[in-house]
Amino acid sequence: MSRSLKKGPYIDLKLQKKIEALNKSNQKKVVKTWARSCTIIPDFVGHTFAVHNGNKFIPVYIQEAMVGHKLGEFAPTRLFRAHPGIKSEKTTTTEG
Amino acid sequence: MARIAGVDLPKNKRSEIGLTYIFGIGRTTAQKILTKAGIDWSKRVGELNDEEVASIRSIIQSDYKVEGAMRSDVQMNIKRLMDIGCYRGLRHRKGLPVRGQRTRTNARTRKGRRKTVAGKKKTLEKK
Repeated sequence: MSRSLKKGPYIDLKLQKKIEALNKSNQKKVVKTWARSCTIIPDFVGHTFAVHNGNKFIPVYIQEAMVGHKLGEFAPTRLFRAHPGIKSEKTTTTEG
Repeated sequence: MARIAGVDLPKNKRSEIGLTYIFGIGRTTAQKILTKAGIDWSKRVGELNDEEVASIRSIIQSDYKVEGAMRSDVQMNIKRLMDIGCYRGLRHRKGLPVRGQRTRTNARTRKGRRKTVAGKKKTLEKK
């Protein structure tokens, strides 16, 4: 279910403050954040965020097309390598 | 036989339903179009005269995006998701369900026909 329009988009206040300060001083710094649920607003465009994925910080450069998405969408929390069986199957086929 | 937006409409169906054979038009849109054209929803497609067909055609042309334009629009939206590298885009790339459905079982619409993985029996024997 989508969020009530009355409330407007959810923006992490501390993060917004930091970005505002950066915008005022015209600086570009990587901002570390845990606020994965924070909506990306137009002010964020051009900045790089280090978004926490539960393990480490993933650098996310904000493009214009990302506005309206959440920061967490760009820092995947799960790592899928491969199924264990498939690898051995491949090696046997190359041997034979 | 009425031909609208490059699609042949089935002539024995009610026009409300017949219009939904066009990609990009569902029941609601079909009803809106017919109301605007002043045609009874339950009139069969084959019973529509040329004038009515022409008015439907012009309404669709001016107000709605259908068929090719609609398809490319959908593709563009998916491409946008893939290009910005968000979670939904990644799921599209991998051909897995996008909206958080389970993938342990089912999800065959997205994943396609079952691919049996060799060596699965072994793990069962161990247990």
